[in-house]
Amino acid sequence: MSDRALGRAALTRRQILIGTAGIGLMALPRWAQATPAEAQAAIAKITGGATPAAGRVTLRLPQIAENGNSVQFSVAVDSPMTEADYVKAIHVIAEENPFPEVATFYLSPANGKAEVTMRMRLAKTQTVRAVAVMADGKAFEAQQEVKVTIGGCGG
Amino acid sequence: MKRLIAGAAVAAALLFHGAAHADDANRAKYSAGDKRSGYLYSTPDTQTMQDDDFQNPGGAWVEEGGRLWSTADGGAGKSCQSCHGAAASTMKGIATGYPKFNPRLAKLIDIEQRINICRQRAMQAKPFPAESRELLALTAFIKNQSHGLPMNVAVDGPAASFFAEGKDAYERPRGQSGMSCASCHGDNEGHRQLDTVSQGQSNGFPTYRLSWETLGSVQRQFGICLKSMKAEALSPDTEEAVVLELYVAARGNGLPVETPSVRK
Amino acid sequence: MAEMKPRVKVPATATKGEIIEIKTTINHDMESGQRKDKDGKVIPRKIINKFVCSLNGKEVFRSDWYTAVSANPYLSFFVKATESGNFDFAWSDDDGSVYKTSAPITVS
Repeated sequence: MSDRALGRAALTRRQILIGTAGIGLMALPRWAQATPAEAQAAIAKITGGATPAAGRVTLRLPQIAENGNSVQFSVAVDSPMTEADYVKAIHVIAEENPFPEVATFYLSPANGKAEVTMRMRLAKTQTVRAVAVMADGKAFEAQQEVKVTIGGCGG
Repeated sequence: MKRLIAGAAVAAALLFHGAAHADDANRAKYSAGDKRSGYLYSTPDTQTMQDDDFQNPGGAWVEEGGRLWSTADGGAGKSCQSCHGAAASTMKGIATGYPKFNPRLAKLIDIEQRINICRQRAMQAKPFPAESRELLALTAFIKNQSHGLPMNVAVDGPAASFFAEGKDAYERPRGQSGMSCASCHGDNEGHRQLDTVSQGQSNGFPTYRLSWETLGSVQRQFGICLKSMKAEALSPDTEEAVVLELYVAARGNGLPVETPSVRK
Repeated sequence: MAEMKPRVKVPATATKGEIIEIKTTINHDMESGQRKDKDGKVIPRKIINKFVCSLNGKEVFRSDWYTAVSANPYLSFFVKATESGNFDFAWSDDDGSVYKTSAPITVS
């Protein structure tokens, strides 16, 4: 086979994919989104009905996210993480995503430090809430709004 | 209209946010004359994601490419390494010159084609399909060996005619919109739309785009742009895709290789 | 799909009682079940729904994930270095697959 023919074979395979590079290009359908009330209900379930107190939780998020597919967040909870006083769980809730729950992190004194970092999807501009449940059952929370930009030719 | 204004305000805030963060060192590192890498159009969060080897999602492809580099495949029982040895030395700087005129084939080829030619000819292995995990991984791995080195594709000598074709492909109005690549990614900032559109360079490709949630080639990006322009997809049989690739690579000449870059 | 090896970053050594950061990533589409393909058909949900980290067989960190976790999930957290041994990491997929990797640590 000549070199030219070999080059051609490679190109033909590529041709199949150009312009149809997969489902990643499809926009999200406008399905029903959760409401802040539904997020509130989810939080009530976590806390056993109690309203989380402000404080002890630091939520780090960008004010503006370039793309809702990947928004990095960190949650840090002020806790000695001893047997007597530690963070049992951190819940991250995005109020107006199709499903408000993002992730739950289960901690213990084995962690030494109550801090996690992850990336999440945000369907639109909305408030993100981080709720920490302590060993004694008390709950604390922090929240922040994130503006999600939609690019003109996101692709 | 209200939405448009809101969009413009957010875009402006974004631009300001990104520009304010990019310290002088970054500005120097990611600029060459009037050229500004797409890196400088990213928000601080996206920049951080690219900068940290571990947080950069493209790192997985580079690692995978490293494994493929030394894994024998095909009838000849060879790997890339069998002929090319340690990529850290033999591939350093290579990708800065691609796409490149290949005298033996008497045509312009990109890295992906170079890999598949090696696979078929030297390894007697099947070529990897376009945008496949393997081809992206090897391309990213090879280009990553030039990380930080300035792009330096040849646009003269035997490449001159391809470069001229590529420039024409970039500037020629296409499809229903009558737009060209240059309409959005032109040298005149006034041409830009509401979005924070970068200058049309490929020093960061293959790139991990947040909108794709995966690594993709510059030709995949062409597909996205052409679709937005309501223009026909590029047919590689005409080699237009590769000459366009040369032209956008040349637009980035002097800018550092960022592969795998992270973009919105 | 988790076609590529998960990546973890664990310090090779630590002093007893030191709090160390562990970073993890895994390649996975995290298909949310809310997207449609070209023919308008819903692409079924397929995500990693659970992540567990253990030290010498004892769980030290666990996390439940939902559809809002980004593709190619990245996660970092902290662990108190108590003993030498092996950290085991396990990601559980909706389809029942469990992707695993491990990393050693020497605590002195």
